[in-house]
Amino acid sequence: MLQEIILAGFGGQGVMSMGQLLAYAGMEEDKQVSWIPSYGPEMRGGTANCSVTISDVSVSSPLISEPDTLIVLNRPSLEKFEQDIKPGGLLLINSSLVDRDPLRKDLRILKIPADDLANEKFGNTRVANMILLGAFVAITKAVSLDSVVGALKKVLPEYRHNLIPLNRQALELGAELASGA
Amino acid sequence: MITVFERPKSLTPAKTHYCPGCTHGIIHRLVAEVIDELDVREDTIGIAPVGCSVLAYNYFNLDMQEAAHGRAPAVATGIKRVHPDKVVFTYQGDGDLAAIGTAEIIHAAARGEKITTIFVNNAIYGMTGGQMAPTTLVGQEATTAPSGRNAETQGYPVRMSEILATIQGTAYIARVSVHNPQEVAKAKKAIKKAFQIQLERKGFALVEVLSTCPTNWGLTPLAAMKWLQENMIPYYPLGVQKTPEEVEV
Amino acid sequence: MAKVLMKGNEALGEAAVRAGCRFFFGYPITPQSELPHYLAKRLPEVGGVFLQAESEVAAINMVYGASGAGARVMTSSSSPGISLKMEGISYMAGAELPCVIVNMQRGGPGLGGIQPGQADYFQAVKGGGHGDYRLLVLAPASIQEMVDLMGKAFELADKYRNPVMILGDGILGQMMEPVEFPEMLDPASLPDKPYATTGAREREPRIVNSLFLDPVELEEHNLKLKEKYDHMVAEETRAESYFTEDSEIVLVAYGSSARVAKAAVDQARAQGIKAGLFRPITLFPFPKHQIQEACQNAKQVLTVEMSLGQMVEDVRYNLEFRIPVHFYGRVGGMVPTTRAVFDEIKRLVDGEVD
Repeated sequence: MLQEIILAGFGGQGVMSMGQLLAYAGMEEDKQVSWIPSYGPEMRGGTANCSVTISDVSVSSPLISEPDTLIVLNRPSLEKFEQDIKPGGLLLINSSLVDRDPLRKDLRILKIPADDLANEKFGNTRVANMILLGAFVAITKAVSLDSVVGALKKVLPEYRHNLIPLNRQALELGAELASGA
Repeated sequence: MITVFERPKSLTPAKTHYCPGCTHGIIHRLVAEVIDELDVREDTIGIAPVGCSVLAYNYFNLDMQEAAHGRAPAVATGIKRVHPDKVVFTYQGDGDLAAIGTAEIIHAAARGEKITTIFVNNAIYGMTGGQMAPTTLVGQEATTAPSGRNAETQGYPVRMSEILATIQGTAYIARVSVHNPQEVAKAKKAIKKAFQIQLERKGFALVEVLSTCPTNWGLTPLAAMKWLQENMIPYYPLGVQKTPEEVEV
Repeated sequence: MAKVLMKGNEALGEAAVRAGCRFFFGYPITPQSELPHYLAKRLPEVGGVFLQAESEVAAINMVYGASGAGARVMTSSSSPGISLKMEGISYMAGAELPCVIVNMQRGGPGLGGIQPGQADYFQAVKGGGHGDYRLLVLAPASIQEMVDLMGKAFELADKYRNPVMILGDGILGQMMEPVEFPEMLDPASLPDKPYATTGAREREPRIVNSLFLDPVELEEHNLKLKEKYDHMVAEETRAESYFTEDSEIVLVAYGSSARVAKAAVDQARAQGIKAGLFRPITLFPFPKHQIQEACQNAKQVLTVEMSLGQMVEDVRYNLEFRIPVHFYGRVGGMVPTTRAVFDEIKRLVDGEVD
């Protein structure tokens, strides 16, 4: 198994922590993982992004130019990375904030109005990222949902641990939506 | 026979390279006497600068480090942080401390590094050949100011003690001179105080010593003493700029 | 100890603490700032000192003082900041003072950018500061290797009384990988340093110095330094070879570029191309024998760097110009992609380049 993922969105949408959760979860499952953020003031396209690799064998290059999966939380991210996805790859779209359809026809595409759902179900748009992450995990099974939930403890600072149940619910909602899709 | 005068233990028997009439020798001796009197020779680490006193490590009978030009306060910081219980001092000239090493001295002072700095100000670059120093007086001739320092194009001499006294981290700042025996005695008192301040961990301490350079000033040693008194002291007034009492207020 | 997922910069900080380093002097610069952030918190916990200096120039001179005082000490920076430290590095090499310097390279020249680069190879390996001196330069390619090499770097610095540079880049500093740390080394267990200025108590004074006004003495000093560098060349080369035994084309890359090159080699192998990777871990000394061995069956060599061709000169030189050595590089913070490197391999193997 080798799963290369690019996660992208605006700064503040929790893109970096989504990636870290995945990497942690993979590590806890004894898989080989890497996580690379974009850093510095972002100049191209207004996006923050990170790349995560989860693999059964050691990660040759942590740098991803052709991801198996792209998860986009906003429109500029779709515009920036859509053409890079591997043919037949997975594209997960936060349709609450992406108001156009992808151009590629050779992908598996799932649109989830994550911000709207987060607001409706949990009254908190900050867990939109977890809904998307739950969907990703359900579709690819790159890691288990339990591992991601377990990783919340590592990624969230101690004073935020009260938010773990909420995050778990959002992850589960995403997984459910993806299974139904 | 009674010994009435001898070499301080903190000086080596080496013959110095200083020019005849240069006051570095006097200042070295004062520092060495103070270290002897405080009985800290075996606990002291000195830092030599780049400039005329670059070879000071051969003259002080102590552990010494030679620093890059202007960096002595940074080197001293490194040493003092490793050995907070040792006595650490820098010995620096005006080019070293007031030109290339301005940032290092200001920030060592701002951090309140518990070190002692002996700042020898002779208003000229000696070792490299009489060039203009940041402390060269307006009108004073130098090889790079052949018609005398022109304030219009070369600016004004820097009063480092006054600047440093404004910094909260400094505990003791004094300016002294060595142009006559009375002043030499006062200079020694100030240097001793500056080491005591360090031993009492009160903060950064600096003594600026007005000094002569007969060679590059083009004067006899005696005329140089007179020139210092008549020209330097009016611009660089002697006295204590700051004491711990003032800090505590 | 269990594995933890950690950013390269932070992992280096923890590795330094575990290697017995208790003193850090530095000045902020992107993309290495997580290292000082980490140590600012961590060093006081173990009775160490973290000090943010007024400049890189001051920082390296604090390192000089602390090293001369006998401490295990380090600093870190990124390209423009390393340029500023070069004065102090030359003085430390001259005064034979050990220390570890981390350079998380970014694009240059000048202020350049803040994205990763490898254009400081010449500066690190060939000099950078004035005078005849060498740094021992280590080039890790993963977070685990950074951690392992940090301990090694301090050991080598002490062994040779010479500054050691860990030459990373923005990617290695920023990325996270699982890592396992060695046990904590107690700095008190390290042998006393016979040159350290600690106060001349019941012994002759010691002098830390790089000034030798007598040319006869200075030449002797230079020759003594050279002897150390020769020793490094004889004893300290390190490298990793990946599928090189039967390779017709061998890629040569270090650091992050080596990771990309490795992925490209994987792709090539998957398509039946006999490609391999040679990865120098010491850049000075350059692993001459290892590269010759790795390339003995190669018809051509491809060097991949985030520069416009720096290490490639050493690759050619160390292969004694017997094999054609090609070059692929990206600069300015642009990173070579696996696809581009693979395409280059294919182009070379297909003989589109003579």
